[in-house]
This record gives sequence, C-alpha cells and structure tokens, in this order.
Amino acid sequence: MSAQQVKVWFKSGTPWIWLNAGAIAISLVAVFGLLLLILFRGMSHFWPADVNAFQYENSQHTMTVIAEIIESESVPVASLHNIKHSETGSTGDEHGNVTRYLVKTGNRDILGSDFRWLYDIDLANREQPENIMVLERIEWGNFYGYLNAVYENEKLIASGEAAWPEFNKRLHRVSEIRERILELEQGDIGAINYQLERLRLKERSLQLDNKLSDEKIKAFASQRKDLKLEYETLLLETKKLYQEVNRDSIRAMVMDGSEVSIPLEKIVKSWQPNKMSVLNKLGFYMQTLWAFITEDPREANTEGGIFPAIFGTVMMVILMAILVTPLGVIAAVYLREYAKQGVMIRIIRIAVNNLAGVPSIVYGVFGLGFFVYFLGGNIDALFFPEALPSPTFGTPGLMWSSLTLALLTLPVVIVATEEGLSRIPKSLREGSLGLGATKAETLWRVVLPMASPAIMTGLILAVARAAGEVAPLMLVGVVKLAPSLPLDGNFPFLHLDRKFMHLGFHIYDVGFQSPNVEAARPLVYATSFLLVVVIVTLNLTAINLRNRLREKYRALDG
Amino acid sequence: MKDQSLQTRYNRRALKDRLARYFVASGGISVIIAILLIFFYLLYVVIPMFESAEIKEIVSYAAPGDGETLHLGLEEQGTIGVRFTDKGHVVFFNTDSGSIILDENLDLPSRISSVASKLDFVVLGLEDGSVLAVRYKFDLSYPDDIRTLTPRLEYPLGETRLSLDETGQALTQIAIQLNEDGAGLAATTSDKRLVFARYLREESFISGDITTELESRAELPFEKDINAITLTPGLDHLYVATKDGVLLDYSLHEEGFDSEASEYRFKHEISRIKLLLGGSSLMVGLANGEVQQWMSVRKEGGRELTFIRNFHENKQAISSIATEQQRKGFAVADTAGDITLFYSTSQRTLASINTANVSIEQMAWSARAQNLVVADSTNQLHLYKVHNEYPEVSWDVLWGKIWYEGYDEADYIWQSSASTNEFEPKFSLMPLSFGTIKAAFYAMLFAVPLAILGAMFTAQFMAPRMRQTVKPAIEIMEALPTVILGFLAGLWLAPYVETHLAGVFTLLLVLPAGFILCAWLWGFVPNKSAFEGWEAAILIPVVLLLIWLSMSLSAPIESLFFDGDLRSHMSNEWGLNYDQRNALVVGLIMGFAVIPTIFSIAEDALFSVPQHLVRGSLALGATRWQTMTSVVLPAASPGIFSAVMMGFGRAVGETMIVLMATGNTPLMDMSIFQGMRTLAANLAVEVPEAEVFSTHYRVLFLAALILFLFTFVFNTLAEIIRHRLRKRYSDL
Repeated sequence: MSAQQVKVWFKSGTPWIWLNAGAIAISLVAVFGLLLLILFRGMSHFWPADVNAFQYENSQHTMTVIAEIIESESVPVASLHNIKHSETGSTGDEHGNVTRYLVKTGNRDILGSDFRWLYDIDLANREQPENIMVLERIEWGNFYGYLNAVYENEKLIASGEAAWPEFNKRLHRVSEIRERILELEQGDIGAINYQLERLRLKERSLQLDNKLSDEKIKAFASQRKDLKLEYETLLLETKKLYQEVNRDSIRAMVMDGSEVSIPLEKIVKSWQPNKMSVLNKLGFYMQTLWAFITEDPREANTEGGIFPAIFGTVMMVILMAILVTPLGVIAAVYLREYAKQGVMIRIIRIAVNNLAGVPSIVYGVFGLGFFVYFLGGNIDALFFPEALPSPTFGTPGLMWSSLTLALLTLPVVIVATEEGLSRIPKSLREGSLGLGATKAETLWRVVLPMASPAIMTGLILAVARAAGEVAPLMLVGVVKLAPSLPLDGNFPFLHLDRKFMHLGFHIYDVGFQSPNVEAARPLVYATSFLLVVVIVTLNLTAINLRNRLREKYRALDG
Repeated sequence: MKDQSLQTRYNRRALKDRLARYFVASGGISVIIAILLIFFYLLYVVIPMFESAEIKEIVSYAAPGDGETLHLGLEEQGTIGVRFTDKGHVVFFNTDSGSIILDENLDLPSRISSVASKLDFVVLGLEDGSVLAVRYKFDLSYPDDIRTLTPRLEYPLGETRLSLDETGQALTQIAIQLNEDGAGLAATTSDKRLVFARYLREESFISGDITTELESRAELPFEKDINAITLTPGLDHLYVATKDGVLLDYSLHEEGFDSEASEYRFKHEISRIKLLLGGSSLMVGLANGEVQQWMSVRKEGGRELTFIRNFHENKQAISSIATEQQRKGFAVADTAGDITLFYSTSQRTLASINTANVSIEQMAWSARAQNLVVADSTNQLHLYKVHNEYPEVSWDVLWGKIWYEGYDEADYIWQSSASTNEFEPKFSLMPLSFGTIKAAFYAMLFAVPLAILGAMFTAQFMAPRMRQTVKPAIEIMEALPTVILGFLAGLWLAPYVETHLAGVFTLLLVLPAGFILCAWLWGFVPNKSAFEGWEAAILIPVVLLLIWLSMSLSAPIESLFFDGDLRSHMSNEWGLNYDQRNALVVGLIMGFAVIPTIFSIAEDALFSVPQHLVRGSLALGATRWQTMTSVVLPAASPGIFSAVMMGFGRAVGETMIVLMATGNTPLMDMSIFQGMRTLAANLAVEVPEAEVFSTHYRVLFLAALILFLFTFVFNTLAEIIRHRLRKRYSDL
C-alpha cells in the first residue's frame, strides 16, 4: 500500500466511520461490563465458599491458617518493598511475579483483623478439611474453626460426632427465643415507651395552655402507673427469656490450636461449607439471600440485612409519588391543553427545563433551608410547642425528603405526561367537544384516561430516579441507622417526622463510612446489585410502555 | 320545568369547567413558582452576609463608683459590667442603668500604675513594683426561677501580691500571659528598665490555697520611652512599642531575653498594640489613626514579623483597641471619640459611631461581640449594642488571595472549620470552583468524543435494528444511579487503575489504532453488505480483546520501561505525584455518567437532519463520511453544541461520584493524577454539619446559588439554541 493509497482510503472516510462505531462499542461494553460486574460480585457474596487450611511458613514461624480465599492477584516482586520473605530471597516465578491471596480468616476478636494477604511462596500446603465450621455471629464477624463440644451451663452435653446435630438443635431453639425477646423489647416495651412519651407531651401541652388542673395531673399519674406495671411484667418475661438463652455454649478450636468458648446466644447461623453439596449450597444461598432482604443490619451496617433501607426507600417513594403525580399531570395538562402559544408557554418550558437541570444537591440545600428550617420550624411552633426545644418537623425527616424528591422528579413526570398528551389525536378531543362536553369533562373522561399509560411511564421513571438519588437525601432526612421504621403499630402509625434509611445512602455509608471497608465491600456490591436490578427493571418497563404507546398511537393517527 | 333543571345542570358543568381552568392554570404556574422559590430562597439566605453591621448607643452614664477607669470588662451576655478604678476598687454594675451591684475594695498598699488583661483575668501593676492578679467571675443561680448573676473576685496567682520589681519602682507598663504551669509577666519600670519574669503556680489539693513562685527573672535597661508592651501566648516573644515609632521584637526563652531584638520602624508613633484572638496577629495602632496587622511569617533565614494589611478609617491617634473574644474582629477608638469596627481577615470596615466626642480610654466586648462598653476621658460610660453577624466574608475573601495566619503568603484556601475557637475560617470559593471545573473538564474530555462520535454513528450509519437496542442501552446508562457509579469508582476502579496504570494508558492508544486496523481488515472480507450498519456490534469483541490485552500487558510494560513501578517512576523522574483517587478516575466514571446526556441530544439533532439533504449529497457523489462531515454536522451543529452544554452542566452539578472517587481535598492543581473538591461535593459534606444561619452556612448557600445560576444559564442557552435549530429544520 503506497502512501497515496492510504491517504485516499482515509479520505473516503471508512476508518473514521469505524472509529465512530468503536465509540458505540466502547460505551456498550462499559454499560454491560459494569452491570455484569455488579451482578457477579453482588450475587457471589451469599455463596458459601470453601474454607481452606493453609500451612504457612516464613522465616519467623510456621502455622496453620484457616481462611476463605477472597481474591488473588499477580504482582511483581519488586513492588513488595516492605514485606520480609523467607530467607531464600525469592525472586518469584519466571516473570518475576508472585501470586498473593487475600484471605478472610475471620475471628476478629482473637486475631484483630479479619483479612490478610498470603504469598504463595510462603505456602507449603493447602487442604480443605471436612469438619471446618463457619459461624455467623452477632458481633466480631465470622468465626472459622472446628467444633469440639456442646455445653449447657458448664455441663458437657455432647462432643465428637454427636456435637454437630446437638449444636444445631440448640441453635435453632436459641434463635427462636432471641426473636421472641426482640418482639418483646422492640414491639411491646417499645409501645409502652411511646405511650409514656405521648403522655408527657400531652401533659406539657396542657401546661403551656395553663389548663393543667389537679385532677388532670392525677389522671396522668395513674396512667403512668398502669404503664409502668405493664412494663414490669414484660421486663420479668424478658429476663426469664434471657436466662434461657444464655445457658448454652460451645467450645471450638481455632487455627492456632487453642480452644475458645462461644455462647450460642452470640451465633446467628452455622454451616460446614466443605461438607455441603452443590444442592445444599444452593439452598443455603437462597436462605441467605432471603435473610439479606428481610433482616435488620448489624455491626454498624457492615453485616446483616438491609430490610429497613428497603422499607424506608419504598415508603419515601410512595409518598413522593402521591405528591408528584397530581402536580406533574396538572402542569403538563396546562402546557398542552390550556396555555396559549406564546410567552407563557415558553417561560414554563424554561422553568421545567431548569428544574430538570438543577443539580440535585441544590435541591437538598433548598429542602434543608426552606422545608426543614422554615416550614418545619413554623409547624413546630404552631402545632407542636410542647415538644420544643426538641424539634418534631423542624428537623430532617420522611415528609421533607419526599417533598424534596417530588420537586426533583417533577420535570420527569411533566415531560412524560406531555408526550402522552401530545400523541392523542386532536380529532378525539374535537369529537368530544362537538358532542357538547365541556373542556374539563373532555379532559377528565376522554383525554386523561388515554394518557394514563404515559402518566404511568412518567411515574415509573420518577420512582426509578428517586430510588437512586442520594445527594439531596443526605441533607433532608436519611440516616445511617434509624432506630425505628416510619410505619409501625403506634398511633399515628405513619410517622412523617421520623428519619429513615435509604438503599442508595446505604451504599455510600457502608462503602465509605465503615470502620471495616474490606468486610463491608461484599455487602455494598450486594446492595448495589439489588438497587440496580430494581432500577433497571423499572426503566425497562417504562421504555417498553412508552414504545407500545407510540406504536398504538401511530395507528390511531392514521 | 325540564328547561330549568337542564339549565342548572348546564350552569354547574360550566362552573366546574371554569374552576378546572383556574385549578389547572395554578398548577402550571406553580412550576414557575417552584423555580423562583428556589432562587429567591437561596438569595434570601445569602444576602444578609453582605449587609453592613450596625452599632447603636443604648445608654450613657457617669462611671459608677469613685475614681478613674483603668480597665473595663463585661459579663458574657453584657448585662453586668466591671470597672477597675485607680483607687483600687473593683465595681460591678448593671450596664443598662449603671446601678452598682458590688463595690469591692482590693486594699492595695499603693496606687495602680498599669493594667493588663486576658479576657476576665486582670493583672494590676502597682507603684511599689508589685503585681496583683484578679479574676472576676459571675455565679449563675435561679432563685424564684429568675436568672441571677452574682459577681465575685478570685485571685488566680494567690492573694499575696507578687513582687515583680524588687527595687520597688512603679510599673509603668505591664503584660501577662498564662500557661498551664503559671504565668509570664513583663513590665517596664519608671526608672527605664524592661523586666520579664516567669512564675510557677501551685494549687494545693487539700486547702485550695494557691502559691506562686518566681521561676526566673531577667532585666534589660531601656532608654527610649515605651508606649505599650505585649507578650505572645507561648511566652516566646515580647513586643515593645516605643514612642518614636519603633516596634521591637524580643525572643524569650526559659531564662529571659534571648538576644538582640528585631526592629521594625513605623512612620508614626505607635500608640497601642494588641494581639488578636489566637495570638498570631499583632494589631499596631498608630498616631495617625491607622491600625496595621502584622504576623510572624517564615522567610529564608527564620521567622520575621511581616506587615499583612492595614485599616485606616480613624483620623486621630488610636487610643484603644479591643479585640473580640470569639472571632478575629476588633474595635478601634481614637482620641476624637470615633469608634470603628473592623474584621481582620476580610479587611472589612463594618460600622463606626461617635457619641462621646472625646478621647476613648477603655473598651470592652461581651463574649459574643453583641455589646460594647466604652469609657471616655471624662469618665463617662457608653453602652453600645452591636449587630455584626457576618464579618468574615467579603468579595475578596471569596474570590481573591488572602494572607491567612500561619501561612507564608497569600493564597486561595478553603478550610471552613477546625476544632478550636481560635481558628480563622477560610472561605475562598476558588479552590472549590477550580475543582468543579477540573472535574467537569476531565469528564468532558472522555465523554464528548465518545458521545458525539457515537451519536454520529447511531444517527446516520447504524442499522435500524441495532439502533433499537442501542438507544435503550444508553437510556439504562443514564438511569444508573450515580451513587453506584461513585462507589465503583472509589472502591473498584481507583485501586485497579493504580495498579494497572500502564495498561490504562496503553488502552487509550491501542483502541483507536485497533479500530482503524479493523477497518482495514474488514476491507478484505467478502459479502459484507449484509453487515453494513452493524460495525459497532462487530467491534464489541474487538474492544473486549483489546482491554484484556492492555491489562495483561500492564505489568510487563511496567517492569520493562519503568523499573517495575510506573507511579514511583512518575514521581521521581517527572515530579508527578499520584493519588489513588484522582481526576483520571473521576473523568472516566463521570464521563461515563455524562455520555448519555450528550448522546441523546446530539443523536436527536443528527437524526432530525432532513433526509433530502443527505440523499441529495449522496446522489451528487459524496461518500457517506463526506456527507456526514460536510452536510449533516454543520446542519446539526447547534444541537451538538447544545448537547455539549447540557453535558457540561450535568458534570458541574454531579455530587456523588466526586464525593466518592476523589480525595475531597481542596487543592488547585491541574494534574490529572491529583484529587480535588468540587462545590457540589463540598455541599454534601459540609451542609449537615454547619451551624444553622452562621456565616459558614450562608457561604454554603452561596455555593448552591452559584451552582444554580451556572446550570440555569447553561440550560437556558442550550434550550434557546435548540429551539432555533428546530425552527431552522422546519424551514429547510
């Protein structure tokens, strides 16, 4: 190929077209690559991995390391500046690389940290003993070791072969009792505390109005006494249950050969991964996934489930949908049906575009200043003076978050509804008016029902956006750990002033504000995976709806 | 009858129709109201920062008690004042009326010849060369539910006077600083000596008695007349101002004076000197009414007092400087009775007043600088109420270089809070704005080529069936929550890029080359017309292969060319420091987030170019590519421009990605390997923690307002351009 031919070929444009195609290819690879990454890492978190026992030797000592392999990578020997190797002075394999494994040894209470790096040059042996047991615990993370014996209050119950089934039986019983304790403490005792607080507020409000008479004071005092009696009985019951729960424990051997005692009350789940068949592991996987979605978090959100975050997100999204749909639909109807062509429409369109373009954090700042401090502060002064100086609505919470996000997603609903309205042929409207209906009636009975799929599309897109939007929520209502759900059994049942947890914020918090990022990382992937699944499903549904709508009205237009 | 009921029915329906019209119109207007509300509320929070302060005289009366006022003080909320008189009395009085609450006689053997103080700690230098330290305190109690303050005196260095000058000469000037062990005292005597002594203070656990012992003392003969002296908090410098306008800086050490003093000459006589809160800045009041701020700055050869800025509103000689207790502000009074309020960092003159018309001798602030009590030369007291909420901010503070305490030169710094009260808040928006532009720039660097080239292909060259899959895929890309993108950037991409840096750069070179190679190879494939329009799909495996290749080659390339570690090579050879969370990572991920915004608008513009133009060009013999560059692109260029603007607007406002993928350090460094802090991420981090309605809070709202206006301008411009484009197409 001569230089001239090359120049001509370039001028014809074919290579540039391929470059353009390459841009699309890169984008597609990026999108699907990211989705697959989240999918893979998120879903693998729950799979019960095999646990290895390594024989580890370096110049200082030899020991057994019991751990799960998390990841491995090949690094050049030269970059391991600070690591002292065995005295053979290794130079790695033929490329000058060594493989290092990130392993999870668990047992944070004994070892100090649950992860460490092992270098393959230091590993003498590697096997998978069958009897290794993994325990998921309430605190200090996972435990890896061998089960020795089961004890009840210092009395030996079972050891050796009989230990495992006995252990599981007792663990099951302990879990049930633990749940019952939780129900009592959070449910019943929580309700009593809530009622005591309401009494206090009622009393204070009467005091502020100077209507507190002596008989009212007596009435309050007697109510308090009743509640306290109830509380005492419940407390006795929980004390009894605590005693039952604390009675069992096990002795287990850890990797350096010593024996530790673990009370059953601290154990959530137990399994022996090296003994499990694929079917067993699949069952275990499903159980863990279910627990993830339905349980509460533990250990500063680095373990346990994400149920409160899911619940909080759903509640906020429902509230937001109730707020945004009427306003969005009305605004779109105005733009499309009522407004005269000219300045007004252009101004509103500019306003809608700007609402769409404003950075979400500015919404958060506005929400904090205007909704929380201004509106909330005034609401507190007018309606909840008895609770002051503790704010009720003058502080970030569910209602203000929903309101802020409703403002943020308003343009989405307006644009989608407008598109739907624009596709309805004029002839339908004219026909209805010709038959004598007023404009309002035409709108209500003919146009809006036909536009409802479009409204639905807008709503779905708004919901998808709200589920993923974190920045404004950080300012107006989301917290790392909410003490209670916004919906519970205590009057007024829906607590609009409570702070809540949110899936998106959970990802940020666990990933970046955790004391133990390594342990938290798989959880972050799992939560991201859940969030991505929800959002992608919502978006695909909306796109599908929209396409079907377009097809349907293309036929109608004729 | 039927007509009647029909008529009512019709009226009702007409009424409903009219109500509906108003209802819907209000809904439409509410959108405008929403956006105006956001703008005006942000403005409402920001504006008070730029208002000037107010000072008003509340009451004025003759000083309660007998004797001239040597020192004034105020209780924390300004309700009770204290006055040290030359007759050796301490008088506590109500500031609103002047009625005396307590008049305590110190029973001093000789007259007080000099006074110095640090907040509520007052040290009296006597004519017999001895020193007494007194602290006034207010006990809070609630008898009958009424807030009552009871004043009393304490003697923190013991009730016996300390003999500073053993020869018994009167102490004409005095200065004191306290530390954990005791105190340091400096004084000038009437026979022209400069004395400095360190004392150790011991408090007995059992009896509560305080004993203060002399630890060291040094003396220096001094010929000139001294107008003022002051000690620095670390007891390491003694500043002496002489009558002929020279400021002397003595270094002090354990035993006494270190060496020769450094001299600084002034054009006028120095009348007063005072240290600002924190003790780093020395305010020098001159006889021409000017106050200068000097700080110790590190230069080659050591530290030197350097002139920083001046404040010149008063016309007569400065007679009193009173520094605020919790901020870097101060009040200045001169011999004509003019009182001016200044703030040091922002160099703002906040307010001034003159109600005395005679020389002001003493001034005292209440703790939160809301009250100022002043004694003039006729022994009349004036009480002022001050409203000065936001002195720290000025246009220069926000956008200019300011010389802050502890720094060697003026610089753009954002550091809004620290753990101590003596901290100087630094509110420059420059580093944040720079960071915002930098992040957006790198994002656009990656996003614009990919998005526009991709849009060009999708609009004009892609097979329709593939287009139906690609458009939803890009929409999914847009729908991915930025918090997930940010988390991937911070926890996965940043470490990965750090270890595979060579691979990333290789990839950037290899990809375009690979595509062109593919183009050439494709020329040899027979029967390819069936695949026309599917080039992008064909390239997907190519991209995957090239990525795998580059990443696997990363380690070998590093060991071959860069001694095994690209990053240390970069910092040693080229002076480029590498931060794990940097602009490269942000650019890649934020670029990914911004691509769909640019893509959809650009693709829309390119797709809507009227087909007859395209076909006409092809019919005249141009290739597809020539048609694209000469016909389609120019026609759609406003749309593409508008797309880029929207993309830039989106990149500027992006919060979560930047929050998680950068180190959040407010640097002004253009390097792609360093982090940054943007306006948006700063808001996310600091707004929840800022004190509500403080200056910090309002500056953050100003940042939000700036973001709002920026995106408003960009979006509106982009809309106008798009609108014109649509009209142009309908004309074509």
